[in-house]
This record gives sequence, C-alpha cells and structure tokens, in this order.
Amino acid sequence: MAFEIIETCVNCYACEPLCPNQAIYQASPHFLIDPDKCTECIGDYMDAQCSSICPIEGAILDELGREVNPPGSLTGISPALLAKYQAAVEATYQTALAAKSA
Amino acid sequence: MELPVLNSSPAANSVSNADGGCDSHSCGSTGDQLGHLPEHIRAKVHNHPCYSEQAHHYFARMHVAVAPACNIQCHYCNRKYDCSNESRPGVVSEVLTPVQAVKKVMAVAANIPQMTVLGIAGPGDPLANPERTFETFRELSEKAPDIKLCVSTNGLALPESVEELSKHNIDHVTITINCVDPDVGAKIYPWIFWNNKRIMGREGAEILIAQQQKGLEMLTARGILVKVNSVMIPGVNDEHLAEVSRVVKSKGAFLHNVMPLIAEPEHGTFYGLMGQSGPTHDELQKLQDACSGDMNMMRHCRQCRADAVGLLGEDRGQEFTMDKIEDMEIDYPAAMVKRAEVHAEIARELEIKEKASAAKAELAKAGLVAIQGLKKDVLKARPVLMAVATKGGGVINEHFGHASEFLIYEAHDGDVRFIGHRKTTPYCEGGDTCGDGESALDVTIRELSGCEVVLCSKVGYEPWGPLEAAGIQPNGEHAMEAIEDAVLAVYEEMRVAGKLEAKPVLQQKAA
Ligand code: SF4
Ligand code: SF4
Ligand code: SF4
Repeated sequence: MAFEIIETCVNCYACEPLCPNQAIYQASPHFLIDPDKCTECIGDYMDAQCSSICPIEGAILDELGREVNPPGSLTGISPALLAKYQAAVEATYQTALAAKSA
Repeated sequence: MELPVLNSSPAANSVSNADGGCDSHSCGSTGDQLGHLPEHIRAKVHNHPCYSEQAHHYFARMHVAVAPACNIQCHYCNRKYDCSNESRPGVVSEVLTPVQAVKKVMAVAANIPQMTVLGIAGPGDPLANPERTFETFRELSEKAPDIKLCVSTNGLALPESVEELSKHNIDHVTITINCVDPDVGAKIYPWIFWNNKRIMGREGAEILIAQQQKGLEMLTARGILVKVNSVMIPGVNDEHLAEVSRVVKSKGAFLHNVMPLIAEPEHGTFYGLMGQSGPTHDELQKLQDACSGDMNMMRHCRQCRADAVGLLGEDRGQEFTMDKIEDMEIDYPAAMVKRAEVHAEIARELEIKEKASAAKAELAKAGLVAIQGLKKDVLKARPVLMAVATKGGGVINEHFGHASEFLIYEAHDGDVRFIGHRKTTPYCEGGDTCGDGESALDVTIRELSGCEVVLCSKVGYEPWGPLEAAGIQPNGEHAMEAIEDAVLAVYEEMRVAGKLEAKPVLQQKAA
C-alpha cells in the first residue's frame, strides 16, 4: 500500500515536508516515495498529503498505479485542450523546419 | 553644483530639501507616488530601488531562489516554471539551499555595492517554504546587516508568519492580491492547499482572500511596510481592481502595483491555453490612472527578478554562478565599509539632483525663467509618450539596438512623469551587423506602441525607417543627457514644430 512519484514531478519540494511518515525524499531526477514507509496517510489525515498539494497532474500514482490527480483535475486544462495546443506547437515546429530546409 | 534658489514662492519652498530627506520627485510636480506618504514611510523607501523612482537608477536588488513549493494555484501560472506573480512566465530558477543563497548574496554584495535589497520570491511561495526562507533571512540579518530583506507572497500562509517576519530585518512585504471578492477569485484560483486539504474553487478563494486581508492588517499594525501587487486580467478582475485598491489602501498598504497579465499558449497556463488575453499598454495605463486617484500607484516596478545581479539589466549573472562563488573568499566586514562609502556617495549625488530639480521647479513656479517646456501656452498641448534607452544613472546612455528594456515617460504641459518599463529582445544582440535582427525589431516596435519618440544614445540606420513608419521618431541627439531634461526638450521641440495639436494617426506595422 503505497503511493508513487513518477517522472512528471517538477521537484517543487511541496510534498516532502508534509508527509507524516517522512516517506518522501529528494532524489535525482525527481522526488521519490519510499514504499515501505508510505501509509497513504491513513490514520493521519483524511486525504493523502503529497497528492493534495502536488500541483502537477499525474505526477503521483496510487497503489493501483492510477493518477491521483488526473488530467484537468487541478488546472482546469482539459486533455482535449492540451492536445490541441500540442498539435499547434508541433505544426509550428514542422513549418519552421520546412522553411529552414527550403 | 550650486544652483540659484529664489525665495519668491514661499509655498513652494515649504517642500524644503535641506535635510536631503525629500526626493524632489516625491514632492515636486512629477506626480511621483511617494509624494503622499507619511515621512517615516518615505524615509524607509527613499533609497529603495523598487520604490524610489530616483534611487532605482542607482541601487539594485537581487533575488535568490530558495523557496520552490507553493500552496495555491493561479490560472496564470505553470508550476513547471517560477511563480508568475514575481517573474515573467517561463522562467526557471536554479533552486539554492539557504546556505548557498547566503553565500551568493554576500558575494554579490561585496562586489556590487549598489546591491541594497535582497528579495525572496519563490520560485514558489516563500511562506509556503518557511524554514528555507527564514533560515536565509536569519543568517543574512546576522552576517550582512546592511542588506534590506524583502519577501513576496500570495498571502495564504501570511498570518502565521507575521510573528517570525517581524523578528528579522524585513524591510517590506509584497502581497499579490488579485481580488477581494471570492466570486472573482474563483475565476483566478482553481485550488488552494489549506489545513491539510486541497480546497477547490470559490471556497478556496474565499479562504485565500481572508488570509491575505488578515495578513495585511497584521503587518501594517506592526509597522511593516506592505506593497500590494495585482495582476490585471481583462474581463476577470479589471473592473474590480479599483475596489481592491480602495480596500488595501484603507488597511494601510503603502503602494499598489498593477501588473499586466502575460498569457501565451506556449506558457501552458490555463489562461494562456484558453486564449485569455492580457491588457494592452493603453488599458493598463488607464487602469493605473483610474486607481491612482485612490492609491499611490507604483509605475516603475520592473516585474522581474532578472535584475538579480547588477544594475538595470546589466547582466553580471555569469560572474556569480555557484561554482565561482564557492571559491570566493569574502571579507564581509571590509566590504561593508566599502559599501557604506559607495552608498554615501550615491546619496550625495541624489541630493544634488534633488536640489537641482527643486530649484528648477521653483524658478518655473515663480515664472521668472522660461524653462524648456514650461511656458504657459503649452497648456493646450496633448501628452506624448516617449521611450528611453538607458543603462541607468538617470541618463540616456544605451544604444537602441542593445536595449533589452525601455523606460516610458509621459511629457505633458511641461511636466514629465514616469509611466513604466517595457521589455524587449535587444534588436541587435551584439555585433554591428545584425542581419537577423528583423523580427526582434518588430517585437520592439510593438512593445513601443503608443510612444512617439524613442530616445537613445545611438540608433542605427536599419531600424530608423521601420521606427519612423510606425510613428516612432528615433532620436539620438540627447545622448548622455538627463532623461527628464531630454524628454522635456524634445516635447518642447515638438510643440514648437506644431506637432502637439492633434494626435497623429499611427501606421502601426502589423507585427
Ligand atoms: S501518501 Fe501520505 S504517507 Fe504516502 S508519501 Fe504521500 S504523504 Fe507520505
Ligand atoms: S509536490 Fe508533486 S511535483 Fe512537487 S516534488 Fe512532490 S511530487 Fe514532485
Ligand atoms: S502563487 Fe506564484 S507559484 Fe503559486 S501558483 Fe500563483 S503564480 Fe504560481
């Protein structure tokens, strides 16, 4: 029974001091949770602390590997909007590439 | 430099500067925001690069990034980058430990005596990282007592930090307050972290607002200076900000600084992706004018912490990378003596300038001397915005092509008023042949929209045409002159040439 921090973590330090079990530690390239220490905050808090302050959607997974904060849940930026934006960026990039090689 | 002081206008004379404690910009006719402040506050901000229009040409502040965590989310912020309340979007700072930060500050202070203020502003919220922030402050108050400390916060954790803040050598606190109405707040803050829970929407905004206001009251009750920053978000809080101004003023904030929202899709922020646009320079200025009737507005906030090292954009960051600092031997007590000398020298220079402007203002009031631009028949003339390229020192001493920012001044009726800064990418990033400078020039021209003149020490042949076509007259004739004198002189030339009657139709180049 443990949460996990994955590579989308931006190393903001916010979660580390909140963990009641000192399960979170700074590591490279990103913060990690010691699965032997994490209790998912049960018995200490109503909500798991790390995933309640983490600003990055998808950076923390629960014991079943599900995103505790799924896309759009924190920023209000829906996956569709994000995809549209990424497509636009990609298109600009490709146009720039084409212009350069022309 | 001795200037004649005429005693023909005793009223004007009451703003005496005999003790050097009164900045002419504060009490003269330039409408500086310090003019209305009580004496003890004015004394505190007198040499403050962030607040004193005069001083910020001479002194510098720096920031260190020790506080990466944040306890709220703002819709204009992408947490992959630094706090957008304090830096430009898309900036990533290298996070230092408090020990490294202290070392860096002392190295910079010893080498750049003009550095008088240290700020901690993130990359997240300093008070959401109280241990790191306060350890840095504690060490510095002890080791470098001649450095003023400041802190910027979103305000959520402010009330519980006031006690600790008042123990340190804290010069002032900046709170970013975008609203006093939770319904407006719900459109700006999607969530806050509060009492071990994430609280979404309006409920979260309500708590945040209450904490900000409480923190503001607690600080002013203890005599700690509080500045309020607001981000102007058109259609969300633009109309509401006059109310914010009124409320924070009534609670004792000494300055209110309205900054424009900066939102681009590539920043990956909610506002950026939703196509929420920032205000135009014109909208921003109108709001600042509307609020200033109500509150002392700060117009020269650089909204940046890139001035961390060095004066006015002069980037000396490379001299102070962490590995270089580790090897530096710093004799701070010796540096402090040197610093005190430099500060005294600058104070003398400022005093001379103050006396000169006061004397000039008095001559003008007495109507004895026709100072450039001060003739009575100027009254019908319209205001003109001018951009100035400067490296600091209050003079025009930067090439057009090397300027990474311009200071904007408004001349009107023989009066000069500082409006703000506008940043740009230097048209010519070094070298004399700037073949690739084209698009950077477009950006600069767009940034200078509304200005009719750009004053610089030199301007090349290439940008001349496009600038003129955009209705911005390049002018390199006032190199090394004092900014305000030059602005007035140009304004007077325009008046004589009959250019001040009607607003010219600008042929803005589509950028
Ligand atoms: S879920 Fe709770 S116990 Fe587990 S790492 Fe996060 S804060 Fe620590
Ligand atoms: S709060 Fe989230 S992003 Fe920040 S360090 Fe923890 S896991 Fe990483
Ligand atoms: S307070 Fe600063 S760091 Fe926190 S979300 Fe707002 S802009 Fe970002």
